[in-house]
Amino acid sequence: MSVPLLEVEGLRTHFFTKAGVVKAVDDVSFTVSKGEVLGLVGESGSGKTMIGYSIMGLIDPPGRIVSGRIVLGGRDLRALSPEALRQLRGNRIAMIFQDPMMTLNPVLRIDVQMVETILAHESLPRAAAMERSRAALVRVGIPSPDERLSAYPHQFSGGMRQRVAIAIALLNNPDLIIADEPTTALDVTIQGQILYEMQKLTRETGAAMIWVTHDLAVVAGLADRVCVMYAGRIVEEGTVADVIERPVHPYTQGLLDSVPSRTARGVRLKPIQGMAPSLADLPLGCAFRDRCGRSIDACLGAPETRMVGDLSRGRAVRCHNPLPPVAVLE
Amino acid sequence: MLAFIIRRSLQSVAVLVAMSLLVFVGVYAVGNPIDILINPQADQIEREHAIAALGLDRSLPEQYLSFVTGAAHGDLGRSFVHSTPALSLILERMPATMELALAAMVIAIVLGIPLGLWAGLKPRSIAGRAIMAGSILGFSLPTFWVGLMLIMVFSVMLGWLPSSGRGPTVDLFGVIPVSFLSLEGWRHLALPAINLALFKLALLIRLTRAGAREALLQDYVKFARAKGLTNARIIGVHVLRNILIPIVTVIGLELGSVIAFAIVTESVFAWPGMGKLLIDSIGLLDRPVIVAYLLIIVTLFIIINLVVDILYSALDPRVRVTESKG
Ligand SMILES: Nc1ncnc2c1ncn2[C@@H]1O[C@H](COP(=O)(O)OP(=O)(O)OP(=O)(O)O)[C@@H](O)[C@H]1O
Ligand SMILES: [Mg+2]
Repeated sequence: MSVPLLEVEGLRTHFFTKAGVVKAVDDVSFTVSKGEVLGLVGESGSGKTMIGYSIMGLIDPPGRIVSGRIVLGGRDLRALSPEALRQLRGNRIAMIFQDPMMTLNPVLRIDVQMVETILAHESLPRAAAMERSRAALVRVGIPSPDERLSAYPHQFSGGMRQRVAIAIALLNNPDLIIADEPTTALDVTIQGQILYEMQKLTRETGAAMIWVTHDLAVVAGLADRVCVMYAGRIVEEGTVADVIERPVHPYTQGLLDSVPSRTARGVRLKPIQGMAPSLADLPLGCAFRDRCGRSIDACLGAPETRMVGDLSRGRAVRCHNPLPPVAVLE
Repeated sequence: MLAFIIRRSLQSVAVLVAMSLLVFVGVYAVGNPIDILINPQADQIEREHAIAALGLDRSLPEQYLSFVTGAAHGDLGRSFVHSTPALSLILERMPATMELALAAMVIAIVLGIPLGLWAGLKPRSIAGRAIMAGSILGFSLPTFWVGLMLIMVFSVMLGWLPSSGRGPTVDLFGVIPVSFLSLEGWRHLALPAINLALFKLALLIRLTRAGAREALLQDYVKFARAKGLTNARIIGVHVLRNILIPIVTVIGLELGSVIAFAIVTESVFAWPGMGKLLIDSIGLLDRPVIVAYLLIIVTLFIIINLVVDILYSALDPRVRVTESKG
């Protein structure tokens, strides 16, 4: 395998609140190769957004990256000066946020918000920056871009705003785009369009992408590989086909059983019992233990990440008692 | 936009009429000025003569009606005391008050917004805490007391600045007498302007700080950071443009009140403005001047509010007044 574009290793991002230490991201490792789409799946509060913020260097107090390495194109981002990191943000790595209604500044025109993104990273005549902004709007499928450039965010629908945010993320041709559930707040039809366009755009530009979602079905059509998160940890990792067709972690299995699917009509859904534990007060051992139908005595101890199956496929699971049929390689 | 201004003007006329009625009745109820104005030695005939000359023999509705007719022609009555038109009496004093009020507002804005931003960006720093503590003082100390203290320290003890009056004035555009064009005028203006500014300064600091702290938590600030903008641009454009909306509103409203309530400062520093004229007129029950003063203040408030609304829609695209959709 070639040198990955992004390498996250042993990342821990904790929030030091009055109620205790919230381990939002706890010992997370993964890699993203050039041009690859990595799906990051997990239920609400599992720490997906905080992984994105950690990579971008946007964690604010009381939160802090406690340990770990984040290496982008050979450079350790945690060792960079604030100014060097600023130059990477929006330039080499871009992020699209969850809620399109909140991410654009309500009192600034779209052209201002686009042009500034370009001028923050290179000196360019205004007209050229304007032209590039226009082209970016066209690229994400916004009709009559000239009019739209001089409009304000409130004149756009949610779907259009998210397209603008995507256009902004694409402006400087980043190597990596972190898309934080960009379609969750949108209608299903708009969701589909945006998914399709994002897929096309990453293919055209060769950008790698981390696609954050809580919806395994979205990931199925879009991503190359998937990481499944539970309570701040990655519990299973593998290619989309492997994880969706042959999940090995009971939590992944539970997620798949709790969504309706076309093929299994009439089959009873089996939602996961119980609730996700509080990140400030995680039980010792496996955090999924209390909700898991396969828990054994060993689950009282924390599971380590183990490779499973054919090594070349990069499958890993963090479970003492993973599902068959794939045998665990010691 | 035009429709908006016309609608607002009509509303304003209604407000003015209602206000004049209230003021007129109120002043009528305060007391009979004749006892103050007439020489106690005057006999009955002289007395009745004077009453008739001032129009005080007529009933309240009659008096009001003749006032309104006059007002419609720009005549707000004659001062009982000075026997000159009340309007020109007030307009003569207006530049002094306006200069004081504007100087105070400029001080409050120029210091208040940067200090408030600083306190909002670094709430835990020593400077941030000191600014907030200072603003509490600015809020809670009474204006007249601060005025007296300023005089004590800077005029009496240090002898740096004069304690009363406007000093020499220079005519701006050949008609408006102002102090700020000469050094001596500045020295006279300094203490009263600072005195009047303190409360507004404290207010602007708090408002800016609260706005900045709230704006910093918004997603659009995080997104601006994710775009790799510099801090200067995030604070100076993204945050400031958003908090300017409430700040402009409050500055507008406070400008009106600073003009109206310059009275205390004008009294302490013997500043020859409208406020001092009002206090003197109330003492002498000079009804036409009181009524004219209050109506002028109301007019000022109306004009300022209109300007604020227009500015507001310029700053906030979401409330922009459009002619097409209305
Ligand atoms: N400022 C904060 N103080 C304390 N805890 C925080 C703070 N910000 C985030 N967290 C914690 O971090 C955890 C992970 O949050 P995160 O936003 O990454 O979840 P998520 O997986 O993106 O969920 P969602 O799907 O709802 O967006 C949350 O459970 C929350 O408790
Ligand atoms: Mg999230």
